[in-house]
Amino acid sequence: MSIKVEHLNHIYGEGTAFEQYALKDVNFTIEDGEFVGLIGHTGSGKSTLIQHLNGLLRASSGAIYYNGENIYTEGYDMKKLRSKVGLVFQYPEHQLFEIDVFTDVCFGPKNLGLPKTEIEARAREALSQVGLDESFYTQSPFELSGGQKRRVAIAGVLAMEPEVLILDEPTAGLDPRGRDEILDKISELHRERNMTIILVSHSMEDMARYADRLLVMNHGEKAFDGAPKEVFKHYKELEKMGLAAPQITYVVHELREHGVDIADDLTTVEEARDGILKALKEL
Amino acid sequence: MLREITLGQYYPVDSPVHRLDPRTKLFGTLVFLISLFLSKNIWGYLLATVVLAAVIRLTRVPFRFMVRGLKAILFLLLISVSFNLFLTDGEVLFQFWIFKITREGLETAGFMAVRLIYLVLGSTIMTLTTTPNELTDGLEKSLGVLNKIGVPVHEISMMMSIALRFIPILVEETDKIMKAQMARGADFESGNLIQKAKSMVPLLVPLFISAFRRATDLAMAMEARCYRGGSGRTKMKPLRYKSGDRVAYALEFVYLAGMAGLRYLG
Repeated sequence: MSIKVEHLNHIYGEGTAFEQYALKDVNFTIEDGEFVGLIGHTGSGKSTLIQHLNGLLRASSGAIYYNGENIYTEGYDMKKLRSKVGLVFQYPEHQLFEIDVFTDVCFGPKNLGLPKTEIEARAREALSQVGLDESFYTQSPFELSGGQKRRVAIAGVLAMEPEVLILDEPTAGLDPRGRDEILDKISELHRERNMTIILVSHSMEDMARYADRLLVMNHGEKAFDGAPKEVFKHYKELEKMGLAAPQITYVVHELREHGVDIADDLTTVEEARDGILKALKEL
Repeated sequence: MLREITLGQYYPVDSPVHRLDPRTKLFGTLVFLISLFLSKNIWGYLLATVVLAAVIRLTRVPFRFMVRGLKAILFLLLISVSFNLFLTDGEVLFQFWIFKITREGLETAGFMAVRLIYLVLGSTIMTLTTTPNELTDGLEKSLGVLNKIGVPVHEISMMMSIALRFIPILVEETDKIMKAQMARGADFESGNLIQKAKSMVPLLVPLFISAFRRATDLAMAMEARCYRGGSGRTKMKPLRYKSGDRVAYALEFVYLAGMAGLRYLG
């Protein structure tokens, strides 16, 4: 169970004045059960990259192997791939269309040609996974709050029972509480169902807290790939790409520069607190 | 997926044609269209071809972008050519069962095809080299006289420019919605006509909702900036003729005179 990306190139508008490299020789492998954070500033190729992983976009050259099979092989079942690699887009408004929440979540499994009882069981399961109870089933998806819409959209993809879940900025435009709720649900899916998660986000704090591994994209190329702690050590290079490290990283580095004996790989507030307390005790 | 729409698609390169005032280009397009109906013989079409080729060359837009617009009229072209080819009386060149091809038929059909193709090419050049904003500015200014007889020229051109501006936005939005639904296993391609129509519902509902939302947002943003129609409104970039425009106008008149002259030749 893995996604392997090899020498992936994608060129928009090949041979016209609009020609632009969106992806340039991207290589990586994502193993089963990983929680991967994908970062990069706007236009760095993140969205283009994730749309390749479920076959919505076709690479100009290169290959993608899902569980060892090249998805560009002729006759490869793209529909099945899309049910296994679930992709939730940034704006739930782009996918909600049914008269009520429950029917909307049924859309995905219905497209898989499942029997009615199975479809409804999956929709119920998916909605409970995102924390929406039965009182929401008959509501119109257009009358929900931003966070609730987002959850319905995620449930709509979860109902297909994917093995890999890709989320494009699932917390954009949400208040801090809505954001935490969504991320905790995602983290729960990761822990309890061992689902592979690929999360696109601009929040370095969230990345430090949830991701096991970070992929950093810059101008269509993979810039860094590693554990968040390792990647955030390069905060100066990240800044040049229009990104940053979690704010606490700056505090830690500033302390080190002032001679405080503290580790340089602390990326969350809790770690920094423990590190500072330890340093204080040693004084 | 939906990138084939050329109409209203500006091609951003810098060229002498791009830099012309939109009014000059509008007039030039009009002159070209009229000239096509003026020409009666091969010489007229030759001159039009030379001029068209030269202008296409000057625009620095790849030729295949212009040809894209022709796909839309392919059917119309086929019908009009075959009607003219088979139904014109005259000197018979070739006969087969009930079909006969005459010399006059061949001639009319040929000219007809060239005329139609040039009509489309001529107007495509206009839209490829002029931004929608320039285009409506040019129209508003050129048709300004109609204001006197009570035609709301400004309002019409404002509506046109908004509509044109929204085409690429909605195309992009459609693309995103299609992808979001395809990620949920939607299939827009296979199935019979009824199934295909049904599969459009998950696409059209979000699209309409977003279009209405955008429309109200835009109306609100315009009102917030005190928009209340054309009267007394000034422009940030008023249209001004430059030296290139004078040359272009001169060439346009020379061309029109040439085409009118060639009509009586031979």
